[in-house]
Amino acid sequence: MTAISAELQPLPARLAWFAADTWVVARRHVMRLFHRPDELLGTLLIPVMAVLMFGFVFGNALGAAMTLPGDEYREFLLPGLFALTMAFGIGNTTISVASDIRGGVLDRMRSLPMSPAAVLAGRSVADLLTAAVELAIVMGFGTLLGWHWHGGVGALLAAFGLLALLRLAFSWVGILLGLLVSGPEAAMKYFALLFPLAMVADTVIPTDLMPDGLAGVARWNPLSATVITTRRLFGNPSAPTTSWVAEQAPALAVAWPVAIIAVSMPLGLVRLRRIAR
Amino acid sequence: MNPQSGLPAILCEDVRKSYPRRGQVLDGLDLVVEPGTIHGLLGPNGAGKTTAVRILSTLQRLDSGRAMVTGRDVARDPAGVRERIGVAGQYAAVDEILTGRQNLQMFGRLHHLRARVARARADKLLERFDLVAAADRPVRHYSGGMRRRLDLAVSLIRSARVLFLDEPSTGLDPRSRNDVWDAVRELAGSGTTVLLTTQYLEEADRLCSRISVLDHGRIVAEGSPAELKARVGGNLDDAFLHLTGRPMLVGVA
Repeated sequence: MTAISAELQPLPARLAWFAADTWVVARRHVMRLFHRPDELLGTLLIPVMAVLMFGFVFGNALGAAMTLPGDEYREFLLPGLFALTMAFGIGNTTISVASDIRGGVLDRMRSLPMSPAAVLAGRSVADLLTAAVELAIVMGFGTLLGWHWHGGVGALLAAFGLLALLRLAFSWVGILLGLLVSGPEAAMKYFALLFPLAMVADTVIPTDLMPDGLAGVARWNPLSATVITTRRLFGNPSAPTTSWVAEQAPALAVAWPVAIIAVSMPLGLVRLRRIAR
Repeated sequence: MNPQSGLPAILCEDVRKSYPRRGQVLDGLDLVVEPGTIHGLLGPNGAGKTTAVRILSTLQRLDSGRAMVTGRDVARDPAGVRERIGVAGQYAAVDEILTGRQNLQMFGRLHHLRARVARARADKLLERFDLVAAADRPVRHYSGGMRRRLDLAVSLIRSARVLFLDEPSTGLDPRSRNDVWDAVRELAGSGTTVLLTTQYLEEADRLCSRISVLDHGRIVAEGSPAELKARVGGNLDDAFLHLTGRPMLVGVA
């Protein structure tokens, strides 16, 4: 049978196996979604409900607070909800990793001659593919309700890139949490903690309208940088930037996710190795 | 059958492992398993069976001692060991949401088989384990026996030299149990070494050519089922009571 030892090979061959293993694991997660498309629903319902709640129920009031008409507020809102969608994907990531540990699938993979890091990398690749679908759905829904992008194609692609980068950062945080929590039900218990993370940011209302202390926290929220920058890239209305953090938004929209990945990815890999102790 | 004949398929020398909360789980385990045999690791709950297998299948590190599988050191060459083993039972699971075929192909690919080879191998194993009709159904809809057979098939996706098997017949009806036993015997017949852990004496008696009785993290007796029975002049149940001072779990596999 044609099978080659992974560890005795030179680096390029090992990288090739790592890439191949990562792709097989990513495909596994995508195939699971075809069997259980309802798993996407959990992540999607929140932004879709948020469009309805904030866009329509509170939309005119929030717009008035910002001296914007309701339909312009909805244009303002949607990029916030795109980033929120990226953030909420973390729930599925964490639950999936925790379930694989509990169910023994992770052990099966660790007993194979595959690259152990590919187990985690495959999950994050699958997260990116899933995020693209989720984003397309939320964007389609937003378009139905009057959201448009007014920039060029380059700006549009840059906005997609930033949202994907944000999702990648949340993916690695989710993977790390999945490796740390006691089980999938613990992951579900803490899901509600995502709401302050997603709302205390420039997502639904501009930080300037928040109480002073909270506004300071919200401005530094990694989501804010992505939201402010993508709003500009989509050519949607945005609040005037009154703080240093907001002025640095484009740089922070890259720096924040990169920093988060730089911390959570190595921690996740160390944690994976520690499972053998 | 084994190209490295003369070398034991599994060798443990004074293997020790302790956990912060459970204390000393393996307390100087010595074990030799000859190639091509079905070897039973028999012991009550908490005796250290699972830990022993987890160390041998590279899922857990040992504290001290030496463990070799087909001549490869599990601590120094875990990748070499992983290429030669299959792991089934509670030690490793399959994906419940995917179909049986998807599981087989995926684990074949992760065993670094080429896509075409993995597909062909999956088809062969589905046939061999009588799962063709259920091949494209999600595993969560499988019966206990089907699931156990798939588990066995997945662990054999690349012809393993050593197979670790955990209580292969627990929870199965007699017919499925016999099917699984036949499959295990067939494997050993074709040269695969099987290390089987079980709490069930009947299973050990019917399946294994040699049995090691594990208690408190070390081997307290070893021999063929007949030898163990002869030592105390009764059945395996009495032998176990005699050796460990405790009755074996009363149950029928």
